[in-house]
Amino acid sequence: MRLELIKRSAPAPAMRFLSPLLGLVLAVIAGAIMFSALGKAPDRALYAFFIEPVSEMWSVHELLIKAAPLILMGAGLCICFQSNNWNIGAEGQMIVGAIFGAALPILLPDVQNFLILPLMLIFGILGGMLYGFIPALLKAKFKTNEILTSLMLVYVAQMLLDWIVRGPWRNPEGLNFPESRRFHEWARIPEMFPADGRANWGFVIAVVVAIALGVMLAKSLKGFEVKVIGTSPKAAQFAGFDSKKMIFFAFLLAGGCAGLAGIIEVAGATGQLRPTVSPGYGFTAIIVAYLGRLNPIGAIVAGLVLALTYLGGEAAQISLGLSDKIARVFQGLILFFVLACDTLILYKIRLSFGAATKGAA
Amino acid sequence: MGMTEAILLTIATAATPLLIAAIGELVVERSGVLNLGVEGMMVMGAVGGFVIANLTGNPWIGILAAIALGALTSLLFGFLTLTLAANQVATGLSLTILGLGVSSLMGEKFVGQAGEKMGNLDIPILTDIPLVGPVIFGQDPIFYLSILLVVAVSWFLFRTRAGLTLRSIGNNHHSAHALGIPVLRYRYLAVMFGGACAGLAGGHLSLVYTPQWVENMTAGRGWIALALVVFASWRPARVLAGAYLFGAVSIGQLHAQALGIAVPSQLLTALPFLATIVVLVLISQNVRATLINTPAMLGRPFVPDR
Repeated sequence: MRLELIKRSAPAPAMRFLSPLLGLVLAVIAGAIMFSALGKAPDRALYAFFIEPVSEMWSVHELLIKAAPLILMGAGLCICFQSNNWNIGAEGQMIVGAIFGAALPILLPDVQNFLILPLMLIFGILGGMLYGFIPALLKAKFKTNEILTSLMLVYVAQMLLDWIVRGPWRNPEGLNFPESRRFHEWARIPEMFPADGRANWGFVIAVVVAIALGVMLAKSLKGFEVKVIGTSPKAAQFAGFDSKKMIFFAFLLAGGCAGLAGIIEVAGATGQLRPTVSPGYGFTAIIVAYLGRLNPIGAIVAGLVLALTYLGGEAAQISLGLSDKIARVFQGLILFFVLACDTLILYKIRLSFGAATKGAA
Repeated sequence: MGMTEAILLTIATAATPLLIAAIGELVVERSGVLNLGVEGMMVMGAVGGFVIANLTGNPWIGILAAIALGALTSLLFGFLTLTLAANQVATGLSLTILGLGVSSLMGEKFVGQAGEKMGNLDIPILTDIPLVGPVIFGQDPIFYLSILLVVAVSWFLFRTRAGLTLRSIGNNHHSAHALGIPVLRYRYLAVMFGGACAGLAGGHLSLVYTPQWVENMTAGRGWIALALVVFASWRPARVLAGAYLFGAVSIGQLHAQALGIAVPSQLLTALPFLATIVVLVLISQNVRATLINTPAMLGRPFVPDR
């Protein structure tokens, strides 16, 4: 038996939307098999993983906290990937954004007024953009592979954060713990409904940014340029679109989004700088972008789904006694199955039995 | 054994996993396929090798398990990108994410357990020769295998008919297909070879380099191996040179940390990654060499028309 791909005469638009759903269903089935292999009743385990975390108000708030950086970075990466710029260093751009934004309340703890938070957000964006600028410059000027440079910079950013939190920015009143001083009240993003849970306005910022990017991509000339450069570089050249400028645009935009995500994470949920600011959100955002069909609006839904896997991992640890590493496995499975199902957009799959057709067609 | 011998030995030990993973990926890329999942396959090899060696008490069986698991993991990538013609960049990333997740799940109960270390060779008279003795005759067995792999791959790619066919597929899969060459079969074998090498490299990490299991213990080595292939502009001998250069950088920074040099240890840890970026920029200056050697079909899916 063999599998053959038959090219469709035109891409199937319905499959573009069915494929992520199909991929999610397959990932859940694979998850059920994995749970039984680990000796847990699959129905009970899936319930604990996917339903329980959203059955109570406070944990819905946790979902929104985790979704905010995923949506922001996922939306930025959509633009990057659509324009054929493979930025896989969002994690590093997020970290540098967090460091830049945190500089204000850490270095100037006595400046406490209403201007400080907006300034922090701007600094965060600038930090992320600056860090995204490096691979963009290397790609545009030297044709250096951006996949490898942006990824290498993640490790460098992690070390920078580790050094700064253990060294110069360590809390002077902090009993030698590796963490910065706590941000003062003016430097914290307020919570939306403090009576119900911890979710802060960062989630709203994320959704607004994603919608704005979605509109930009669908309605503006710039959005059109992104799509043309990505799908047909030759046509873009004839149209006079500058693919070098697009490299900078895509990386600065995605870097800015990641930097904003970084400062939202530390000024929102944690309230101080610690040796790690993210459990790999920057890499998970790649999955968000794909699951959301490389569409910033889709990234909002996909960001919530991926945020749920993080909560599910914690729930699996608490109520099933399993490792929270399950979350990472689920995230990998989701991307894997979505990519597999994406084949159906361009091709029909035919199973053929018997001998293979040999030789030239 | 003196200080110099010790340093040379550790450089070789640090370079060996990079070399093995990179030489495997080189074959994959020569066939026109870009597998960014090296890190994921490597970490699967590391956990598989450690667990099996721990259960059987035999590091050799562990190494075989590491190779098998690496190849098996690469088959997932092969199925998606070759049979289903999925996007290679994204699939490679998903393989890395999946590998890191599955390996930490598999290895959780083995964190902190003593491992089975594969010993170094010790040939009585030869290893006693000062300097060259231990460096040439006193390494771990995988070291010799890695050198053998470079020679074998070089010979295969440039001296055999199958190697020529593989390279021609990487340069133009349409022409190769028109000549009746089974493109996808070649690519499947290349991808599995790359997976087996990545698995072996991981096994070397958890059974020779640091005989223990630590979550994410590959720590970016898979990505450095990918960079090495670009650095080497797809030539096996240059991969060897590059791997030893990086081995020297990473051992150098360890020694610098031990000596307590007045530089933050984090900067030294980041050094291999910074060096990779610098080297990649320098190598991309050499446009001619890159143009000649880059497989033209790299990263492009192929669907045979029937």
